[in-house]
Amino acid sequence: MSFNFNFNINETKKAVKLINDTIYDLLVIGGGPAGLNAALYAKRKGLTTGIITQRIGGQLLNTSSVDNYLGISQVSGEELSEKYLSHLKELDVGILEEAEVTIVEKIDKLFNTTLKDGTIFQSKTLLLATGSAPRKLEVPGEVEFSNRGVAYCAICDAPLFKDKNVIIAGGGNSAVEAAIDVAKFATQVTLVHRSQLRADQILIDHMMNQSNITVFLQTQILQIVGDDKMTGVNVLNKETSQERVIEADGIFIEIGNLPSNVLVKDLVTLNLQGEVVVDEKNMTSLSGLYAAGDVTQMPYKQIVIAVADGAKAALAANEYINQNF
Amino acid sequence: MQKMLNEEIQNQLRQVFAEMKEDVTMVLFTQEGECYSCEETMGLLEEVEQLSDKIHLKKFDLNKDVEEAKKYNIEMVPSFVLLNSQGEYQGVKFNGIPAGHEINSFIPALLEMSGVKQDVPADFAQRIAKIDKPVNIKVFVTLSCPHCPGAVQKAHVLAMLNKNIEGEMIEAQTFTDLSNKFNVSGVPKIVINDKYEMVGNQPIEEFLAQIEAM
Repeated sequence: MSFNFNFNINETKKAVKLINDTIYDLLVIGGGPAGLNAALYAKRKGLTTGIITQRIGGQLLNTSSVDNYLGISQVSGEELSEKYLSHLKELDVGILEEAEVTIVEKIDKLFNTTLKDGTIFQSKTLLLATGSAPRKLEVPGEVEFSNRGVAYCAICDAPLFKDKNVIIAGGGNSAVEAAIDVAKFATQVTLVHRSQLRADQILIDHMMNQSNITVFLQTQILQIVGDDKMTGVNVLNKETSQERVIEADGIFIEIGNLPSNVLVKDLVTLNLQGEVVVDEKNMTSLSGLYAAGDVTQMPYKQIVIAVADGAKAALAANEYINQNF
Repeated sequence: MQKMLNEEIQNQLRQVFAEMKEDVTMVLFTQEGECYSCEETMGLLEEVEQLSDKIHLKKFDLNKDVEEAKKYNIEMVPSFVLLNSQGEYQGVKFNGIPAGHEINSFIPALLEMSGVKQDVPADFAQRIAKIDKPVNIKVFVTLSCPHCPGAVQKAHVLAMLNKNIEGEMIEAQTFTDLSNKFNVSGVPKIVINDKYEMVGNQPIEEFLAQIEAM
């Protein structure tokens, strides 16, 4: 038996605190790649800046392996997040973790950001980098069997399905990666997707090489069934119109994400998908309010793109402050 | 057995442990014969003890040292608790090896127990101090779960702030029967007094709300 240790020295090192009796140049809501890089750029431009987030890393923490980030051939999502955080701590960027923002409003020229505990922070510009959250299948049984078979974090929960049968719903990179991760523990993994695979070919090839992964395409999940725990899913083969049951002890739902827009949905223009619409400098329809990363309409949700988007937004916020204050 | 911690982590830990204020004792329970990860957990704790003169290790056998096990409500192995410099148990317990990501709940617990306190907002501290009924917080984890150490840390901080509270990490793969009993299929899973369940790395606020509502 061997154990590795993912020691994270950042856990013990403290970040600079946020203070609420000052007016920040830029406050960033969200601690994923977009928000972190925006804070870095803002700080280096000389802006007073702070990050308010539930957790540093955002979706990076759910990514087992990042393989296409230029200059870093292979790194775990968490390691990359650690590198980001160390970099920010070196620059003394203020960070408030485990904080939930409940209200964002613009009063005259300033933004008020209110936390769940009532604390209010003020800033000249505000960046929304809240990312996105897993999309639900929205079929009967999904809520009922949530955490009794239905799971959303493959790297966290895969070991719990040792010697069991597991279904993966989805056909993108995250679904194929989940299938590969879970196949290390499970007896049998069945990937079910309603259309064709759209994951990177290199991942698909890797998946197809695993003897305990079976793939059903053009197959729609109709219902998650079970008693105390889930026991399987009812599926519809869209080509033959036949329904059948696939027995399984668990299902990982990896069918993409929905933008986390709740803070601004009545404040700015959204597109039909609910994504925050920004201009080429990442400003939303409300001046001084910026958005970056997966919460925006930016196509191709990638870490490297979110990072770049954050940089762009910070530089634009700097420009805005120079012109307006 | 091979070393558990590589040189790089050992050096990092030495630096981190330099901040420790008071002595901390780890009290480990294992057993002879069949025991998943007992040997590795002992190896890890022995290595950690070597990294700071403030860290001490006592080793017991669950079946032979019944009285000792009783003191800390130890019922399964491997399991260990942390004692403060006065040798008092403050409800900080680990069941299973804190390897993988869980090293990040183990190391902060050592620091905290030595007197390097995290800031807990004043209103939370007051609410925690008021809890006057026995509270047991189980946090089920896997070693590959990046969100889990956060939940374990909170259970331990609560335990250290109130003697009525016990916080324990439970490595789900080591203790499959217990995990099945509590239907653990997503981690971190938090179970309070074997009855009230929450999933995810919940904020202290949610722990408190649940405890206060009981």
